Parts: sequence; structure tokens; C-alpha cells
Amino acid sequence: MHVVDALVSPAVGGTFWAVSAGLIGYSCKKVKSEMSDSIVPLMGVTGAFVFAAQMINYTIPGTGSSGHLGGGMILAILLGPWAGFLVMASILTVQALFFADGGILALGCNIFNLGFWTCFVMYPLVYKKIVGRGLSPSKLFWAAMLSVIVGLQLGAFGVVLQTVLSGKAELPFTAFVLAMQPIHLGIGIIEGFITAGVVAFVAKAQPQLLDVSLPPSDKPAFSIKLVTVSLLIAAVIIGGALSWFASAHPDGLEWSMFKTSGSEELDTPDNSVYTNLSKLQEKTAILPDYGFKENEVSGAESQTAESWPAVSAGTTISGLVGGLLTLILAFGIGILLKLRKKTQASATI
Amino acid sequence: MSHHIVQTRDLYFTYPDGTAGLAGVSFLITHGESVALVGANGAGKSTLLMHLNGCLLPTQGSVQVGDLPVTKKTTAAIRRSVGMVFQDSDDQLFMPTVFEDVAFGPMNLGLSDQEVEPVVTGALQRVDALHLKDRPPYKLSVGEKRRVAIAAVLAMSPDILVMDEPSSSLDPKTRRELIALLRTFEHTKIIATHDLDLAIQLCPRTIVLSEGKVLADGPTADIFADDNLLAQSRLEKPLSMQNCPRCSPNSSPN
Amino acid sequence: MTNLGCLDTLARQDSPIHRLDPRTKLLTTLVFIVMIVSFDKYQISAMLPFAVFPVVLIVLGNLPAGYLMKRVLWVAPFAMLVGIFNPLLDRQALLHIGTLEISGGWVSFASILIRFFLTVLAAFVLVATTGFNTICLSLEKIGVPNVFVMQLLFLYRYAFVLAEESSRMLRAWQLRAPLRKAMSMKTFSTVLGSLFLRTTGRAQRIYQAMCCRGFEGQLHPARRFHWRMADTVFLFGFCLLFAVFRFANPAVLLGKFVMGIFS
Ligand SMILES: Nc1ncnc2c1ncn2[C@@H]1O[C@H](COP(=O)(O)OP(=O)(O)O)[C@@H](O)[C@H]1O
Ligand SMILES: [Mg+2]
Repeated sequence: MHVVDALVSPAVGGTFWAVSAGLIGYSCKKVKSEMSDSIVPLMGVTGAFVFAAQMINYTIPGTGSSGHLGGGMILAILLGPWAGFLVMASILTVQALFFADGGILALGCNIFNLGFWTCFVMYPLVYKKIVGRGLSPSKLFWAAMLSVIVGLQLGAFGVVLQTVLSGKAELPFTAFVLAMQPIHLGIGIIEGFITAGVVAFVAKAQPQLLDVSLPPSDKPAFSIKLVTVSLLIAAVIIGGALSWFASAHPDGLEWSMFKTSGSEELDTPDNSVYTNLSKLQEKTAILPDYGFKENEVSGAESQTAESWPAVSAGTTISGLVGGLLTLILAFGIGILLKLRKKTQASATI
Repeated sequence: MSHHIVQTRDLYFTYPDGTAGLAGVSFLITHGESVALVGANGAGKSTLLMHLNGCLLPTQGSVQVGDLPVTKKTTAAIRRSVGMVFQDSDDQLFMPTVFEDVAFGPMNLGLSDQEVEPVVTGALQRVDALHLKDRPPYKLSVGEKRRVAIAAVLAMSPDILVMDEPSSSLDPKTRRELIALLRTFEHTKIIATHDLDLAIQLCPRTIVLSEGKVLADGPTADIFADDNLLAQSRLEKPLSMQNCPRCSPNSSPN
Repeated sequence: MTNLGCLDTLARQDSPIHRLDPRTKLLTTLVFIVMIVSFDKYQISAMLPFAVFPVVLIVLGNLPAGYLMKRVLWVAPFAMLVGIFNPLLDRQALLHIGTLEISGGWVSFASILIRFFLTVLAAFVLVATTGFNTICLSLEKIGVPNVFVMQLLFLYRYAFVLAEESSRMLRAWQLRAPLRKAMSMKTFSTVLGSLFLRTTGRAQRIYQAMCCRGFEGQLHPARRFHWRMADTVFLFGFCLLFAVFRFANPAVLLGKFVMGIFS
């Protein structure tokens, strides 16, 4: 499942955009310096392969329902971590633009959830560790299985965290986690079987293809240090960004530039705003929290999120009436433009 | 390079998985010749063509194009003079639009925008496909793709045209149009095919390949008259030579 | 797959919107989406004026509104799934219309749907007026690495070819397993494996074809973009409009004005 634009806040979306953009830049550099030019068409065509594969359904045993392929692990195994990450990012970009899976702002979150854990954590730390140098079928099977399952669990947890931190959905953290993790365990096991099956097939038919994705053997396959450092950096960035949003300044959440708007509206001598404000502030105190303890960052964050409607005055009746009117106006403009175009067209004939 | 000769000497090639692609191929093709390379599936035609512009480098033996031996160092220069039309046009047309695809080669040669435009237009006109300029390749018919692929190669103004099964999967009319088009080119032509009628119509000379070796090399008419040779290389006599009353043995091959 | 083709066909029209520099449209759409999602979760009215952006683009860009709406509704269940919990969990009354009380949950649910509708529509409109390839090429212009852009172009180009190949394989399987609706997982991974091997074979040939035409690691797209006055006007005009909408909430002002007249 993807994080969607409608449920993500600019802060969360922006942070993960930055992180994912950094990872893409790093991966591009790595691909350029460590791999042959011929990897580029291979990456593109493999991305197309994933789309094509999604057209074929398979039966999930015991359920009678069917599913299809998706996921970054198989890409990491077949192309190596950097190229795999880039292809995953591309697939998600196409999905965001053409199928509205996720959305443009949530793209960073989705790339991170589906690409980072599989390519940069599971691949070096689980898959490579289990497979080792040889390509024994049983090792391949367990390596693929385990890395897919754990990778998907981490990704699903990311979806939960990003959605809850964005504060648009009301679903409490614990309930969300309890729903998401088991579902994705099921999906992970199935995807693990598929991934292992494909990898086994390729290993048997053309084992040298799996070698391509291994970095040159004279270098350490993937230094633990690098992974730890990149994990650490990611953690610091995310943690820093989040604590910034949740800091004592409530407007940290919604970017300081919006603060001006809020105070301007407060300054307008409008009673309804003030009454509304106080009413809502009372309300925020009794709103259910997100399953975080009050002293944790996210607790503070959700509070600030709730205090925001206070200044927006968008929930008053005049707001709704006006909203509908502007909507009608917007369509009116559209119709006018269309009419004008028609008359112009007939004028030129 | 006054004469665009193509010469191979005792060429051997083995694929990484151990399959023998070529097992001792030698020939000399001189400037302006049109040569058909025939042989059954898996005879090594494609493998041989890949050697002519350095896409594959010989395991043993050598290839020479003009004055240059084909090596890793010379491939850039060789590829400028040897244009290769691939069997599956989809492999060759990888850019977003026809125009960009045809422009791909000239851009890589370092031409500027202004210089590229007339080159691309000229090449597309040559194959009668200028109207396809802005179309994406995936929306073209097989015949149109083939034309555009040829234009993409012509845009690099090669001296030698190498084609891998240009008439495969074309309908009879499109195939005839293609043959007519190819006849207008004055380049040295090397055409791998198992369309023997096409070979008769375009190439005075034929090289027969079988299991990576040259089985015969000579005038096309002589080779196709030799039933033994054809059977040995798992080929069948072209329809126009099968003495059936309809296809008329003494009608001109044109 | 059909959607891929459809949106791209729309992008090959000629209209004032299509003629804009792709970077203009990309940036404006991005600003639009950020503005929309930056609203708090109970906001409804202030988002509605933003509808003017997709509406204007749809009309000026000659896009089939019905088709786009259908596409948007097609993916709507996705946002509803998570949003539907809001009315259940947030029952605090937030809005009073006469004697009717509307809970915060329903308000935020409606807000999510509006958000969803506007952001998705904006993304579709962007693709339908620009085209995927053009978006990719403009990405390179704004600093995305060449490698990434190249493989994105390849992905898009060969999605159609491989879709064709995979449907051929699917048909072949169906003919030999007429009684089954979907493959077993084992068959599926074998089919995928061989599809992947064909894929690598194709990638190899594409690379050879590129080398044959002088490829040396960099793609030089022949398309040049021209930033014109219209682009500046479009970008700044809409950004200004968004800013006004975002900070002044004309909907509320208008509403108050109209209610003032009637009361
Ligand atoms: N990439 C490859 N890897 C391994 N073997 C190959 C490869 N390509 C071709 N071969 C083998 O090389 C031989 C010659 O093939 P090819 O040159 O494609 O024949 P033709 O084009 O005449 O049909 C065949 O036996 C084929 O199986
Ligand atoms: Mg061949």
C-alpha cells in the first residue's frame, strides 16, 4: 500500500522527498562510477518488465483470490542495490503520474518505503549475508524469502508512521499498525515465494546474470560501515526534521510562512472566529491522541495539527457557502473559456 | 579510405556460455558490392554481422573495415562507416519520438541542433517516412518501424550498410516496397537473410553460412541453382527458381 | 497500460497549454499540490477555489473532462479506505447548520476526499498536457541526473513492448490451461523468470544498437525547451492566485458577503 497525497502533510512529504532525492542522486553516482553503461537500458527495460509482470495474475493458494508482483527486493537482487533503487523509484514515479497511485508529493515517502529498506538495508545485510559467494538453491530461497518479508514489514511501518505523523487521518497509530503489519506479512510471504521462484529460475538458466549485480569481488561486497552511516544519516535527517515540526512553535508544522496568514486572520475583528477558536481549543484537549504518549514528539505534533483549524475559519457556514460559490465560479470560468473558444473557432472559419 | 572493403580472416567467436557462434570465417567484400549472407536459423549470421562494427570482438582471427582493423580502440571510427540495421526494430528505436531517434546518432557525432535538423529530415525523406516524424515508435507498424530504423542508420551517413533480416515479419507488399527502397542505395550492402528471393533481387553475390562456417561463396544465381548445397545448408530454393508455371522460371527476377 | 497510452495521446495535441514549457507546468503543479496538502485537516472551503487551476487547464488544453473524472474516481477507493475511519473516530461536533451537527470526522473525511480529488486531477492534467517523455526531459533540465532520466525514458518506451510480450505469454498459457483463471505461483515465477531472461536479452540488443550509433554514456535529447513570456505569466500568475487563495480564503469572504446581503 502506498502513502497518498491526500493524507500526507507538506512537512512529511517534503522531508521524504529530500531524503529520496538524496538517495537517487547517490545511486546515480554509484551506477555511473561502478557499473557498465549497458546497465542503463537494462534498468529501463527491467522497470518495464515489472509493469508487464503486473498484467499477469496468479492464484494465492487457499484463498482463490489473485495478486500480482511488486516490490523492490527482486530489483535489488537482479540489478544490484543502486540500480534496483533507481528502478523502484522510476516505477513509483510512473505509477504516481499515470495511475495516481500515491501522488506527486507522497512520492518521496513511497520511494523511501519501498526502495530504501529493500535495496540499502535488506540487500546488503540479509540477502548478501545469507547467500554468500555461492548460489545454492536453498540459501537463495531463504535469502529472498526473509529479505522480502522483513523489507515489506519495514515499508508498511513507514506507511503507518508517515500517515500518522501527517495527522490527516484519524486512525490511531496502534490500530493502524495492527492492521497493516499482519496484512503485509501475508503479502510478504507470497511475494517472497514469487521472488525466490524467479531468482531460482534465473540462477539456473543464466547464473552469470546474478553475478552482474554483485560488486567486483576484490572490494568488500557492501561495507557495513557504509550502510550504518547512511542509516544514521537518514535517521538524523528524519528525526531532526520531525522534531523541528513538533517543536514548541506550533507553526513549525505548517511552515512558518503560513503563520502570517494565521495571525492576519486573527487580527480581523470577527467574533465568530474568536468563538470558534476558543471552542476548538477546548476541543483539542479532549481529542483522542494517536496512541503516542503525551511527552513524545508525535504527541506534540498531533496537538498542533489539531489547533490549526482554529485560525482557518474554514468550517463556518459562511465558509461553506462561499466555498460552494467559488467552486461554481471556477466551473463558470471553465465554461466561459470554452464558449469563447467556440466563438473564436467559428469566427475563423 | 578510398575503398570501403570489408575483410574477415579466419574468424572465430565463442559466446560466454560456450556456444560456438563462428568457427573460421574468411571473406573479402569490396567497395559497392551487395552481398547476401544466407543460412538457416542459428547458422551464425547475426553473430557475424555483430563483428563487422565491433559490437562483438573476435575470439580469434580479425576483421578489417577499410584501412582499419576492428579493435576496441577503432570501434568509434568503424561504427561511423558501418551502419547496422537490427532485426527487431523495437531494439533499435529506443527514443521517445521518431525524430529524436533518427537524431540520436548525429547528436552523438557532435552535430549541433541546427546541423541535426536537415540531416534528420533528409534521412526520413530518403525512406519516405517524414510524416512519421513526431510519432512515438511504439505506435508504428512493423513496416514503418523498419523504414525509420533504416533512416536512423542513414542519418549517420555510413559507407557500408549492414542489415539483419530486413524482410522478416513484413507482409508481401511492404516487403516489395522495402526491396525497391534498398535497391536505390548505393552503399556497400551486406544483408543477412533467409529470404532467398530478396537475395536474388538485391545481391549479385551470396555467402552461405552453416554452423559458423562459410559453406559457399559466389554468384547468387549459381549458388541457388546448386540443390546439394542448399540442402546441406538447410535452405530451400527461392520460389522464382522452382520452375513452377506460375512463378515462371524465365521471368526476370525483378 | 491503456491509461499510459491514452494520457500520452492527449499530450500530443496542440493548445496554448500544451505549448507551454514543461518546466512551467511541472513547477506550477507542484506548487498547487503543496498548497492543497498544506491545509489543515478540517479545511474544506478554502480548498475549493483551487479547482479553478485544473478546470482552466482542462478547458484550454482540450482535455476530455469526463474521461479524466472517470480515471480519478477509479482510484478513489484508495483514499476512502483510510479516510473512512475519521467519522468513526472523531465524533466531536464541529459544524452546526441549523439544528444539524456535523462531526469533525465527517468534515475531515470530506476534506481528504477534496484533497485527493484535486491532487490526483492535477497530476493527470499535467501528464495529459505535457506527456511523460517531455516531463522526463524537463527533469533533466532541472538537475535530475542523466542516468535516472535515461532509464525512465527506456522504462516508458519498453513498457508497451513488454506488455505485448507478456500478454502473448499469458495467451499461450491460457490456451494450454483453459480451465484455470490464474496461474499457480510456481508457474507464475517460471513465466516471470523467462520473461526476465528475454528482457535482459532485449536490453543487451538495445545497448548494442545504442553503441552502433555512437553512444558514449550520455543522452543528448534533440528537444530544446524555450522559456517564453507566456511561461512566466502562467507560472507567476497561478502562484500569485494560489497565494491569494491560500492566505486570504476568498471563499469565506464571498460567503460572508453573500450571507450579508441575504440577512
Ligand atoms: N547471446 C548469446 N549467447 C549464447 N549463444 C548465443 C547468443 N546469441 C546467439 N547464440 C548462439 O550462436 C549461434 C549463432 O546464432 P545467430 O548468430 O543468432 O544465428 P542466426 O542469426 O544465423 O540465426 C546459435 O547457436 C545461437 O544459439
Ligand atoms: Mg539472426
